[in-house]
Amino acid sequence: MKSKIECQECGAEISVPEDSVVGEIITCPDCGGEYEIVKKGDDKLDLKPAERVGEDWGQ
Amino acid sequence: MVEVSIVCDKVRFEEKALYEKTLSKGIKANIVDAKTITIGTNSKMKDFLLLGDVILQRSVSYYRGLYLTACLEFVGFKVINKFKVGETCGNKLVTSIKLAENKIPTPKTQFAFSAESGLESMKKTGFPVVLKPIVGSWGRGIYPLRDLETASMIVEMREEDDSALSRIYYIQEMVDRPPRDIRCIIIGDQAITAIYRYSSQSEWRTNVARGGKVELAPITKEMEDLALKAAKTVGGGILGVDMMEDKSHGLVVHEVNNTVEFRGAASVSKADIPSEMIDYAVKVARK
Repeated sequence: MKSKIECQECGAEISVPEDSVVGEIITCPDCGGEYEIVKKGDDKLDLKPAERVGEDWGQ
Repeated sequence: MVEVSIVCDKVRFEEKALYEKTLSKGIKANIVDAKTITIGTNSKMKDFLLLGDVILQRSVSYYRGLYLTACLEFVGFKVINKFKVGETCGNKLVTSIKLAENKIPTPKTQFAFSAESGLESMKKTGFPVVLKPIVGSWGRGIYPLRDLETASMIVEMREEDDSALSRIYYIQEMVDRPPRDIRCIIIGDQAITAIYRYSSQSEWRTNVARGGKVELAPITKEMEDLALKAAKTVGGGILGVDMMEDKSHGLVVHEVNNTVEFRGAASVSKADIPSEMIDYAVKVARK
C-alpha cells in the first residue's frame, strides 16, 4: 500500500501512518504544511491542503 | 440493524474513536465529510443513504455543524445534538440567559451592546473582569481585564474588528477559583465522567487546546445534579458542562459544549466515553 507522498509546498516526503483514515489531517515534517487525506487504500493516496483554523472552530 | 454516521469536517481522535467503537459493537458506521454534503428544499432522506439512522454531528466548525444540522433535521434525520441545542450552546450569551432563567448557579455576567456601555458595565462590575466573545471556542478572544486602561485598549481593538458580533460585549465577573475548572460529560441523563482542567504555565485559560492539563475529578452529588440540570436546560444530548469552583458560592456553570471534545477526558477516565456515546445514539435511533 502506498504510504508516502510528496509535500505540495516543499517537496519533502510525507509518511502517511498505516492506521490513518480519509478525513484525517497530517503534517509535513519539514515545512509544517497541513493536509487532509482525501483518498487512501490499495495503491491510492491523495492529499489536499487542509482548511485553515476558522474563528468558529472547537469547543 | 441501526446504522450510525459520524458527520465531521476533520477526522480527529474523537471521530476515529467513535467510528472504531461503533464497528467493534457490530454496528454499521460511516464517517461522512460534512464539506461534501449538499441539501436542498426538495431533498429526501433516501438521497443520503450513507447517513444511516442516526447522525453524530462532530464538525469542528461551529457554524458548519449548526446549519448542516438544521438541514439534516429538515430532511428528517435524527441528529445528536439537535439544532436548537447547538444554537444555544454555541452562544455564550444565550447559554447564560438560559442558565439564569433556570436558576442554575452561573457567574454574574453583564451584556452590553456598544463600546461605551461595555466599558460602563465593566466599571460597574469592578475590575478584574473577563471579556468573552459571545461565539468562539478554545479560549480564543477571552481576556482577563484587570484595569480600565487595558479594558479600553481591548474594547478599541474589538471596535476595529469587522465582525458584527464584536459589538456585543459579554462581561463576566472574575470568579475566585483554584487554577482549574471542571468539565463533566453528560450523555443523555447520565454524568459519564468529569475532569479537572488545569491551565498551563503562564496561561490563565484552562482549555486543553491551550495546553491545559487534565486530571480525573470525582463526580460529587452537587456536580452531577448541576451538570444534569444544565444539560437539560440547553435541550439535552451529549454535552460537556464546564464548571468553576467559586470559593464563595460553590460550583458555577459557565459553559455547555455542544460538540464535546473528549481526548483529554479519555486519557484519564475509567469510563469508555465513545462506547457510551454510541449506546446513546443507538437508543435515539430506536426511539
